[in-house]
Amino acid sequence: MLLIPCPYCGLRDESEFSNRGEVVVRPDPDAASDAQWVQYLYFRNNVRGWQSEYWVHTHGCQQLFVVRRHTLTQQIERPA
Amino acid sequence: MAKIPFPVRFSAAQLLRAGLNRSWRWPQLWRTPQPKRAYQVVIIGAGGHGLAAAFYLARDWGIRDVAVVERGWLGGGNVARNTTVVRSNYYYPASAGFYQRSVNLFEGLSDTLNFNVMFSQRGILSLAYSPHELNAMARQVNALQLNGIKAQMVDRAEIQRRLPLADLSPQARHPCLGGYFHASGGTARHDAVAWGYARAADALGVDILQGCEVQGFEMRQGKVVGVRTAAGTIGAHRTAMAVAGSSSLVAAMAGVALPVVSHTLQAFVSEPLKPVLDTIVMSGLHHTYASQSDKGELVIGGDSDPYTSYTQRGSFSLIERTTVGLLELFPSLSRVRLMRQWGGTVDLTPDRSPIIDRTPVEGLYVSTGWGTGGFKAIPSGGLALAHLLACDRPDEHSTAFSFDRFARSALIDEGAASGVAH
Repeated sequence: MLLIPCPYCGLRDESEFSNRGEVVVRPDPDAASDAQWVQYLYFRNNVRGWQSEYWVHTHGCQQLFVVRRHTLTQQIERPA
Repeated sequence: MAKIPFPVRFSAAQLLRAGLNRSWRWPQLWRTPQPKRAYQVVIIGAGGHGLAAAFYLARDWGIRDVAVVERGWLGGGNVARNTTVVRSNYYYPASAGFYQRSVNLFEGLSDTLNFNVMFSQRGILSLAYSPHELNAMARQVNALQLNGIKAQMVDRAEIQRRLPLADLSPQARHPCLGGYFHASGGTARHDAVAWGYARAADALGVDILQGCEVQGFEMRQGKVVGVRTAAGTIGAHRTAMAVAGSSSLVAAMAGVALPVVSHTLQAFVSEPLKPVLDTIVMSGLHHTYASQSDKGELVIGGDSDPYTSYTQRGSFSLIERTTVGLLELFPSLSRVRLMRQWGGTVDLTPDRSPIIDRTPVEGLYVSTGWGTGGFKAIPSGGLALAHLLACDRPDEHSTAFSFDRFARSALIDEGAASGVAH
């Protein structure tokens, strides 16, 4: 069981959370080209290594936050 | 169609002699060749899809100057890490045609490969637990029947007859309301599929190079002209990658980005039991499905881990969730112990449908996005990739699974449409 460091509730079991995938930056809706939208919607870096990703504490405080996790070793960086 | 020149390796007399003579060494089923400097086609990944593509290239297209390069050992990835289910209950016509072709090929696969793949069409029973789920199933069954795929709604009495062990009663935590039966679905021996294709491809002259990791691509004027491996550079007129969960990593070496994320999908088997389950049972509500292998083990699967992972080892929370679901369905299995557990790295596309296409880089072809259902697709996917490599265009069953469908928003959203554990 992974322990996810919720910035509000502390270390909690992964089953309380939902993963929302790697951090992606939304392009400017007024200026983005079709290609940029396609990139944003569908393409991911899918790294084997350290990844910044969103988690939601679904069965807890409901907050969305970013965690750095290693996708091969499952190590999670403790927030400073 | 080429006849496959299988050498005679075993006979009853040989078996008898082997039993008496302990120094007997079984002959190898395939060669361990030295890599040539160049091949017409190089396929990266000696899994089910790569080996099947090599076999069909050699048999149907007469292209035998083919190498399949593999970092580990053949059939050691997802083809060895699945739950062996073969089915074609897909919603959209493009998928229905593609996966039904796979089921049809599985029906003759033991003969084709001269290798018993133990394909057993024991049927798949999917269960519904709410009127809404039952309605969605009726819609699904209508779509399947229109596509000529065997499927019919079944009531609770019929389900109880097929699943005597299941608790379907109104007193159960989730009372079952009905379901549907997909009669042509079944299971096959997963290793035999990999070994059968490997042996047949080898007999036709394909070089299978195990322990030969691809470390980069040879590029000339923006075109892929070969692969750099631990055993040196191997030239290729056309290069294909069929590397499942490693797709993003291999494609990145050629500068190609893929709309794929890698997750762990795990499964487990129980200790062997006497026959208790002669069909495959799937429950979307319980996030679990199970069948019983010929050895008596219950083969249990569920959802993939819900985050990017390359570990090939699943999370404990998913094991808990899947087994809890199984026990709600079959309370009498509560004392059965799990024997083994494994995980594979699956390549998921946004619409849960595969990509079989050219890449933006000339000379490089891709078969990816098989996600959590790659095993069942091996014959059809192999045929499609072989056609693509031979003709430089997809065959009639795989035109919809193009690389550019995301840019065109022409998704084949099976993840949402099929309503099954993918």
